[in-house]
Amino acid sequence: MDDLTSKDEMTGKSGNKADFFTLKAERESKILATRAGDNLSKVDPAQEKKQKKFKETPKFTVKEFKRQWILVVIGAIYVIYGLVFNYAPLVGWIMAFQNFKYNKGIFKSKFVGLDKFKFLFSDNSFLLVIRNTFVMGVLNLVFSTVVAIAFAILLNEVRNKYFKKSIQTISYMPHFLSWIIVVAIVHDAVSNTGVINEILLGLHIIDQPYPFLAKPGWFWPLVTLSHLWKETGWNAIIYLAAITSIDPCLYESAAIDGAGRFQKMRYVTLPSLRPTIIILLIMNMGNVLNAGFELQYLLGNDVVRNVSRTIDIYVLEWAMDGRNMDYSLGTAAGIFKTVVSLVLIVMANYIAKRKGDERLF
Amino acid sequence: MAEAEVTLNRPLKQRKKKMATEDIIFTIFNTTFLVLFAIVTIYPILNTLAYSFNEGNDAVRGGIHLLPRKFATKNYETVFAKEGIIVGARITVLRTILGTLTSLFANALLSFILSRKRFLFKSSLSLFWIITMYASGGLIPTMVLFRYLHLTQSFWVYVIPGMVSAFNVMVMRTYMGGIPESLEESAMLEGAGYMTVFAKIISPLCKPVYATIALFVAVYHWNSWFDAMLYNRMNPEYTTLQYELMKLLDNVSTATSGQVSAQQAAQTGGASVTVTPMTVRAAATIATMAPIIALYPFLQRYFVTGLTIGGVKE
Repeated sequence: MDDLTSKDEMTGKSGNKADFFTLKAERESKILATRAGDNLSKVDPAQEKKQKKFKETPKFTVKEFKRQWILVVIGAIYVIYGLVFNYAPLVGWIMAFQNFKYNKGIFKSKFVGLDKFKFLFSDNSFLLVIRNTFVMGVLNLVFSTVVAIAFAILLNEVRNKYFKKSIQTISYMPHFLSWIIVVAIVHDAVSNTGVINEILLGLHIIDQPYPFLAKPGWFWPLVTLSHLWKETGWNAIIYLAAITSIDPCLYESAAIDGAGRFQKMRYVTLPSLRPTIIILLIMNMGNVLNAGFELQYLLGNDVVRNVSRTIDIYVLEWAMDGRNMDYSLGTAAGIFKTVVSLVLIVMANYIAKRKGDERLF
Repeated sequence: MAEAEVTLNRPLKQRKKKMATEDIIFTIFNTTFLVLFAIVTIYPILNTLAYSFNEGNDAVRGGIHLLPRKFATKNYETVFAKEGIIVGARITVLRTILGTLTSLFANALLSFILSRKRFLFKSSLSLFWIITMYASGGLIPTMVLFRYLHLTQSFWVYVIPGMVSAFNVMVMRTYMGGIPESLEESAMLEGAGYMTVFAKIISPLCKPVYATIALFVAVYHWNSWFDAMLYNRMNPEYTTLQYELMKLLDNVSTATSGQVSAQQAAQTGGASVTVTPMTVRAAATIATMAPIIALYPFLQRYFVTGLTIGGVKE
């Protein structure tokens, strides 16, 4: 980070010190905007006007076109690539309204209207997987946000630089391990001879090893805990960055008013994090239904089937070769997921807008 | 900050004293909590490491913590003798290198043209890619498409479809947008074309962001298994390391759990060095994560800047 800041100064755009804090605040909002990948539309109106005044994109003229033909050609290649790999699957949504047969293809398969959707919503196991996905998604969203914020705030209170750095380095290491490794580790930890049972036996809380993985009631907590283990440190990075960009003057004036450590956390740190939290919540809203594939697929077994299967697993079951293969049904379930996700994002965004907070678009 | 707090509160001696004790108690609790957090994070990994170096039948009894009880390297020998693992490792290394290079180039070039201020279709092309982040066709349409394109049952399904990631492009574009336009202008005055500007001027300045994105992509490739299962299940020559690990995990959880293998252990007596699915899996797990863990200390500074880098300025 340091060398980047100094580069800023070298280029002369943030020469004086007064600019420094506004720059930092801007940086914070940019971080979020970038994560949303949506910083185009998140320019504040004043800036937008300024940009319009010095309109930088030139008028479309033959001369200009000739000058930048190479950019246009490259752009066209990317459009073709995007159409093939990102947009063509959207055309495949037609399959949900057909009785799709691979051999007949998308143009010759018979259309059946909304039959597949009707089947889906009368299928009890589909209603079950919606419930599972939704519950696990919400559990993840709530716990990962709360724990990551708490972790970031606590870590920020550490004064010893080396201790802080070591803890942080350790904390986000699991993010880079695959879910397969994480599941292998969770398996070991909760197995009959695993560390959890060992501790519980040692404390005489239980006198028989407890089979966590075979208890449907334990599946959701295990999934949430696995997520926390893997992602807390990583999620905390963004909050830590936001905390460092809080104006130190706020803490100083709080100290003058006699605020202690906890009061500063409560009345300075948390309110300053508010925009960050809201933006991340909106973004993650769209992921609520995405919250489960790998972990649930790998950790689940026949005993906990009714609580472990998610929409993605349901789709996969219709997609894998076998007697019951039905691409149309799987596609319909996938469409349901995407549409609900989009609705959730737009809704969260709308609520944030109504309340006058930060928003994505 | 701490100093300021102390000097400013000097008149309020009572309060200061109270705060000092509050401070100490808080620090103790906070440190304990964070240390516990670190232990919870790292212990399972060390525990797996200990199991991976333990003799098989002995490990089934459990009770191994940080050090192996009966040291043996047989588990690793077994892992590296498995053909699937060897093929998987080769494919994984290949796709990580090839996938990272192509993806980095593809993302960088798109970011470059999107960050050119004069580019006529800048905003429409941006929108075109931003949409892909929110609307995706889903598993089955994608799968059917790949089958029509003859990408399934081949190595290329790992590399070609995921080359452009809108998210990575947005990060890179923001970074490139921060490079002064005057550099580009002066190069062009001296006769450089856009491609020269990209290769000779923008790219060298973008090394930090390139490193970060390359790292993300490389980790993604190293860890992926789902595409191997979905598209190359019938082609063991295109398996990946993580998929092989997953198959091992599957075998263990269905075939043997604690009780059964304890009986097996009693029957065989455990005189010679043996391996059990449990210890072999531990060895495979460690072998698979080893490259990431080994590189982690050197690369981790990029990981952190990765999340914040795009926001440096625009």
